[in-house]
Amino acid sequence: MGDILVTAVTIVAGISATMAFFWLLNKLVGLLPHKVAAKVLPAVFIAPVLILLSVFLIYPAIQTVILSFMDSWSENFVGFDNYIDLFTSPEFLETLSNNALWIIVVPASSVILGLLISTFANNVGPLREKIFKSVIFMPMAISFVSAATIWSFTYYFQPEGSTQIGLLNAIVTALGADPQPWMNVADFKLNSLLLMVIVIWLNTGFSMVLLSAAIKGVPEETIEAARIDGASGSQTFFRIILPQIRGTVVAVFITVLIGVMKIFDIVLAMTQGNYGTLVLGMSFIKEYFSYNETGRASAIVVVLMVCIVPIMIYQVRSYRRQEELR
Amino acid sequence: MSQLQTAFGSVATFGRKYRLGSTLVLLALALFWLTPTIGLLVTSLRPSSAAFESGWWTAILNPLGQEWTWDNYTKVFEAENFGGSILATFAIAIPATVMPILIAAFAAYGFTFLEFKFRESIFAIVIALLVVPVQTALVPVLQMFIWIGDNLGIQILGEYPAAWIVHSAFAMPLAVYILRNYMMTLPQALIEAARIDGASHFQIFWRLIIPMSVPALASFAIFQFLWVWNDYLTAFIFVGENHMVLPYTLLNLLGRYGEGWEFVAAGSFISMIVPLIVFFSLQRYFVRGLTAGSVK
Repeated sequence: MGDILVTAVTIVAGISATMAFFWLLNKLVGLLPHKVAAKVLPAVFIAPVLILLSVFLIYPAIQTVILSFMDSWSENFVGFDNYIDLFTSPEFLETLSNNALWIIVVPASSVILGLLISTFANNVGPLREKIFKSVIFMPMAISFVSAATIWSFTYYFQPEGSTQIGLLNAIVTALGADPQPWMNVADFKLNSLLLMVIVIWLNTGFSMVLLSAAIKGVPEETIEAARIDGASGSQTFFRIILPQIRGTVVAVFITVLIGVMKIFDIVLAMTQGNYGTLVLGMSFIKEYFSYNETGRASAIVVVLMVCIVPIMIYQVRSYRRQEELR
Repeated sequence: MSQLQTAFGSVATFGRKYRLGSTLVLLALALFWLTPTIGLLVTSLRPSSAAFESGWWTAILNPLGQEWTWDNYTKVFEAENFGGSILATFAIAIPATVMPILIAAFAAYGFTFLEFKFRESIFAIVIALLVVPVQTALVPVLQMFIWIGDNLGIQILGEYPAAWIVHSAFAMPLAVYILRNYMMTLPQALIEAARIDGASHFQIFWRLIIPMSVPALASFAIFQFLWVWNDYLTAFIFVGENHMVLPYTLLNLLGRYGEGWEFVAAGSFISMIVPLIVFFSLQRYFVRGLTAGSVK
């Protein structure tokens, strides 16, 4: 009971502090002469965000770049050593190719599945639509630890001859094949692909919700017109609906893409990056927390940031275009 | 393939003609989506020994010849201070949802309704920061918190505010982006009328803009809450063992008991309840807020 009280007080205190901060700013601006106040006002609204962003995003990004040129104690400048280390290590090159595979497979699959489900859900009636969508969305409420546990059941392996309690191996043996230790099978990146299935399972709810909203926003007249002109179902979808929801499709794709580039938690919980399943986010955790290699860990993050720069540029450009249309 | 064709066909007509086909396809997908979770649910209700003797599906196929038990749920609460973890997760998740929304709403108002120099350039920077990975911040921010603790005597590391601030900062670009997109769709004339009537920007913000932005605020709140509730990395690094959050405790259960899934299974279901309640109660705002102002 006491614990609950302490928690409640903590929550209220945190929220009140934020409110009080803005209230105080408001009072301070009120004290200023009218002309000055008008000039200061934008700063009051914007400054908190700019400070947070500078301290927690921009400064760390710069700091990480600097640390990536230092040794593991962050004391001596070592030039490009960390980068040379990374790019001459076969393990890191494999990690990069794993990341590439992740960003090819997962965002596209999530978007396509999301489109498929929202399209199908449009013609099963409101009740069924609600039920199906809730089922697909549900994994979003699950933490990666739970997700990993759930899927460990599915991928569980027992040696040949004993009862298979993992669903996948039970199916495989029922079909007459040998059970496989799925998470160790690196042939054709099978284990990585099975990990991707988990992440697709987690993310499709997100893309479905947004894409479904966009599809429902497509003016019915355009669809009706296409139908009258004799367009087939798939023609209507690809030529009428898809072009009109392009913006949302791209936004969802990029959001999932960025999430996948940084992915580490599912890998951590399922394989710890062993058996050739390492990804950039996971190598960072390993270098920093397991080996205390601050320099190399920072270099990995810099590589990650460099990979993300094209998306950043694209993001800003499409924003600019959107502004011009206004 | 024909299945696919029919489903696409029905988009054009929105008729009942293809209802059955679509339902069947969705049923197959829903089954795939639910199966792993059902497996977990069944396991959480079986004695631990049974989970390793036979697959969980055998329990469903033969529910009466099977022993069912709540033991795992009661044991989870005895283990690892599970109740404390639930409270700790609330103590992080609620402020870490409300604080960024408030801060971002102010900024979004500024970016939408106030005129100032370099407004568009600054906003472009905010958008660019959408893609900065959390990993970037871990090392420098950790060092910064340690420095503050050593030199200023404020031990922020290991306490809730550390997690609030870091979560808020990382939520900022997306929150500002969504809220500004939404606020741009609000009628400008209304705000101008309020200005002419002598209302200050603070009054307009609280009395007009915030109530009118509820859909956008709610939809961002859902996402932020889901992410923070299920977050492991930030809580693990900045709060750690002082206040162990649910994902942390679940991971410990998994580690310590090795194969003792049944506890994690039970714990997972308990930890899923809150996000699901939040989602279903705010669901109706969800879509309206997120897609407003986005180009079709």
